[in-house]
Amino acid sequence: MYNQPHPLEVKVLTRRFGLPNSRSIDTYMANDGYTGLKKALEMTPEQIVDYVKLSGLRGRGGAGFPTGLKWSFVPRTSPKPKYIMVNADESEPGTCKDRLLIENDPHQVIEGAMIAGLAINAEQGYIYIRGEYRYLIELMDKAIEEAYAKGVLGENVMGTGKRFHFATHSGAGAYECGEESALLESFEGKRGNPRIRPPFPAVAGVYQSPTILNNVETYSAVAPIFQQGAEYFCGLGSPKNGGTRLFCVSGHVERPGVYELPMGTNLLKIIHEVAGGVRGGKKLKAVIPGGSSCPVLKADECDINMDFDSLAAAKSMLGSGGIVVMDEDTCIVKAALRIMRFYAHESCGWCIPCREGTTWLRKLLQRFHDGMGTRSDIVLIGDLSKNMLGRTFCPLGDAAAMPTIAFVEKFRDEFEAHLDGKPCPKENISRLVAA
Amino acid sequence: MADPVTMTINGREIQAAPGTLVIEAARKNGIEIPSFCYYEGYSLQAACRMCLVEVEKAPKLMVACTLPVAPGMVVHTESQKVKDARKYTLEFLLTNHPLDCPVCDKGGECELQDMVFRYGAGESRFTEEKLHVQEQQWSPVVFYDGPRCILCFRCVRACNEGMGVGALGVVNRGSVSLIAPNHGDHLECDECGQCIDICPVGALTSGTYRYQTRPWEMEHTGTICTHCSNGCKTTLGVRNDKIIRGNNRDRSGINGEFLCVKGRYAFDFYDHPERLQSPMIRVNGKLEPVSWSKALKHVAEKFSEIKARNGKFGVIGSNHTTNEENFYLQKFVRQGLGSNNIDHKRTGDVVTLIDALSGTTGTLATTADLYEGKTFLILGADLAIEQPFLSFQIRASMRHHAAKVFVVTSKEVREDAYAKKSIRKAAGSEIEALEELREALAAESDLVIVFGSSVKGEAVRKLVAFGESLGKPVKYCALVDYSNSRGAVDMGLMAELHPGYHPSETPGMTLPEMLADETLDALWVINENPLEAAGLASDKAFVVVQDLFLTETAQRADVVLPSASAYEKNGTVTNVCGEIQRLQKAVTVMGTKPDLEIIGLIAKEMGLAPAMGPWVSETVYGEIRRSVKGYDIALPLVAMAAQQTAPVNGRVNVADKSALIQGAHETLFTSGTLGRYSKVLNSVIEKRAGMSLAAQEESHV
Repeated sequence: MYNQPHPLEVKVLTRRFGLPNSRSIDTYMANDGYTGLKKALEMTPEQIVDYVKLSGLRGRGGAGFPTGLKWSFVPRTSPKPKYIMVNADESEPGTCKDRLLIENDPHQVIEGAMIAGLAINAEQGYIYIRGEYRYLIELMDKAIEEAYAKGVLGENVMGTGKRFHFATHSGAGAYECGEESALLESFEGKRGNPRIRPPFPAVAGVYQSPTILNNVETYSAVAPIFQQGAEYFCGLGSPKNGGTRLFCVSGHVERPGVYELPMGTNLLKIIHEVAGGVRGGKKLKAVIPGGSSCPVLKADECDINMDFDSLAAAKSMLGSGGIVVMDEDTCIVKAALRIMRFYAHESCGWCIPCREGTTWLRKLLQRFHDGMGTRSDIVLIGDLSKNMLGRTFCPLGDAAAMPTIAFVEKFRDEFEAHLDGKPCPKENISRLVAA
Repeated sequence: MADPVTMTINGREIQAAPGTLVIEAARKNGIEIPSFCYYEGYSLQAACRMCLVEVEKAPKLMVACTLPVAPGMVVHTESQKVKDARKYTLEFLLTNHPLDCPVCDKGGECELQDMVFRYGAGESRFTEEKLHVQEQQWSPVVFYDGPRCILCFRCVRACNEGMGVGALGVVNRGSVSLIAPNHGDHLECDECGQCIDICPVGALTSGTYRYQTRPWEMEHTGTICTHCSNGCKTTLGVRNDKIIRGNNRDRSGINGEFLCVKGRYAFDFYDHPERLQSPMIRVNGKLEPVSWSKALKHVAEKFSEIKARNGKFGVIGSNHTTNEENFYLQKFVRQGLGSNNIDHKRTGDVVTLIDALSGTTGTLATTADLYEGKTFLILGADLAIEQPFLSFQIRASMRHHAAKVFVVTSKEVREDAYAKKSIRKAAGSEIEALEELREALAAESDLVIVFGSSVKGEAVRKLVAFGESLGKPVKYCALVDYSNSRGAVDMGLMAELHPGYHPSETPGMTLPEMLADETLDALWVINENPLEAAGLASDKAFVVVQDLFLTETAQRADVVLPSASAYEKNGTVTNVCGEIQRLQKAVTVMGTKPDLEIIGLIAKEMGLAPAMGPWVSETVYGEIRRSVKGYDIALPLVAMAAQQTAPVNGRVNVADKSALIQGAHETLFTSGTLGRYSKVLNSVIEKRAGMSLAAQEESHV
């Protein structure tokens, strides 16, 4: 199920959403489905990589690394088998787009993965779906079955004699396994700890073999790039930020939902027009622009174009596109606590700063929110976050530290309002970040 | 060898081989970069974040334990940024650490203490509640205290990579992660205790050492383990003349830090309540305690009497006594008693190997070769169980040199798991598999062959011929079973061989012949238990036994003389690879005497002291240097490090007596008489697993 579309949306990845039986291969093929693959089958691997570069597509998982460039790192001459891995371990709080892409248009994901396979001569792809998305694993299995039956997947892809196999793999409920190297460990049946990098998955991924590992939305974008043209896709976005983006708007808005909008759409426009404005006519207080790990934007910082570069300039991130809107009644301390509780729960325990830092901060923020904080605690919250930042094994520690630093810096007054044994001034008002 | 890389650390220009990690390059140049999880020899973790350093042009601090050196790299290890990172990482570490240093076994030798002292903050900013979990006992010898654990994963790697056991893992995640044993609530493993040694904090503690002492209250004596033939150095912690623990944390000796359950824990036989502490003489059919002087006089009188009437002596030496004792014993028997009837329990065909290799040099493998080698052939030996250190060496070579291992055994062995090829052959027919391996072995650049006791006599010659036909450097190791089995052969505790493999002109009786001879007048047994499995045919034989315990043999004795164990005397022993090492006395057990002294005193009582010379191990060693080929190595050199003796070169012209060889097949949890009296070896579940239910119940009583 997904929300009602909005007229401002530019529907590229989501254009088949809402069609009757949209997830079936028949609907897909009746609507340009697998024409991109056909096109790619006639191209050389170099041409495919160049074409993706031309589209300006950047990774949709959060870091925004140029996809074509990433694909070009794979050593195509390696004697090892090559693999395609689809990261469907969507776990970033505030993000809920990959599930819709799989639920409504699974074949688009398969087509994107197959095109990636052609780019590196891979003959096997996997989709790692988070364990909580049990129903999506079933839907994806069905789609894969259909693709095999239609001769799209298998020993003879669309009659070309090329081979490509695709299978699902279930995660087991760890946020950390969305990190690419931890995903690979988990996929191989080991404990989901991240790997030492380099080597990166492009060189040593699945079973230590060259691997393209991208997010569901990235692969979903590859299909329309080849169906409708790289120039067309690129032209939809802003410079260096090709295409459209699925923004997951949640929190205190009238119409929360997932909206496909051109890269670079103004954040206020998304909140006020697309999502129908702040709920109940309340004032906007803050927005987390790209999932829980992105530093918060104050209301007066929200007049910003939603693309990788503009948000980086504002010292935040576009991340995974999870826009969390907070109205004036939100307790920022509680928001910080809720986020830290998540990271403390999800820290894998591998490295010391993240393992101990997130737990310390969770306890500290809890105590602080309960009204037992001291003035020095405010400094300590920022300090501890900074001591994690950049010193952890994988980005999870940074993901916990960055928003916390921003909360303390931008909303120090709210922290001070909790001092001296005072109860939370916003308690029982905001439900958004209820524990 | 590629050209070295030139880089700068703390303003000092240094050179390192390409591929060297920054942490290693720094350490080699005397610059310490602290670390918990980085551990030489084991896989990289980059988990503890203590080794973060500042690298110029890098956007953030870099992890020195996974960063290879690069030309022109400029590293700062003591900048404020780096110091802060260390300080705050330690602050994080201490948040859930119980700080129970005053009662922690590790206190005083704890890496976390040292790090906090050197790099940490003076005060704590943590005021929240600490996490706590209950301490767990995983086996009689391994305890785990979760709150102290800093999750450096050293134990997991030591067990998995080092031992090839993989009994430890991680459960839960985040700050409630814990190390867990392979069987839920307990361990089933080698019980080697390496995890305890390698633990930088007091999370893993030893069942026998815990709460016994503070580390600084102990004196330390570096000596050689007295169990199997591998000859591991064990450093005994002694307090008030009691051995409290064994380990080898200073990495001295051939074994580095390695010790198996026997080296680490099974010294405990030495103060078993049944240890003999007084000489005994049989009076009216019962052994009665007497004074040393009375016992020695009695033995001397009987020996003199038997010698005077040209009676038949039978002398059985030990696999555990020192080279000096063995040398002195055979000299006394051959010159003093005028008999060649001397033997020991033979456990491996060293003699045929040395004969077959005559004329070659550098063909006997050292323990270091078992790590340096690139190809290994294991014949007829369950190495991981019977020769634990050799097995550890080969595993290390597998990890570090991608060594190839070929196995020919009668049953499944641990090496199968990583062997290039494993072949099953019945014991005694292992060499039948050689041709099958010829092609694979010929493709490799070198080869080390280790073979067990089932490969003996003609089979050893065929094996050497096969090795020579490969046309590449091949080294050999004939496996023997006990701490000085090799020394017993070298020192001529053999009916047909004098020290240094000199054939006897008039070979004496072998061990089975002595036991079977109905006319034997005297049987003298030194730390051996031949009557455990066989009877003594001669009823009239005067039996003298020197031992630690009242064994089956001692029970038959007319005189029992309590001797000192290897931990209670000085001397040298020779391990399976022919490496001579020094024993150092750690403790004294009241009432006992070293075998060397006992033999000397018997000689003195018989009036043979002037001919025998002083019973001082250093003096006897001097005589060994002069008369035993390959042993001309100065004692200070031996004291510094193991030295391989090379008794090869020249045929050993004796009749093939390899039929006498019988492997003892001691496991990790048995060790002859010593093992029977080790509380630890008898307490572990793995030992009991091999026993019948009735025997288990008995062992509980």
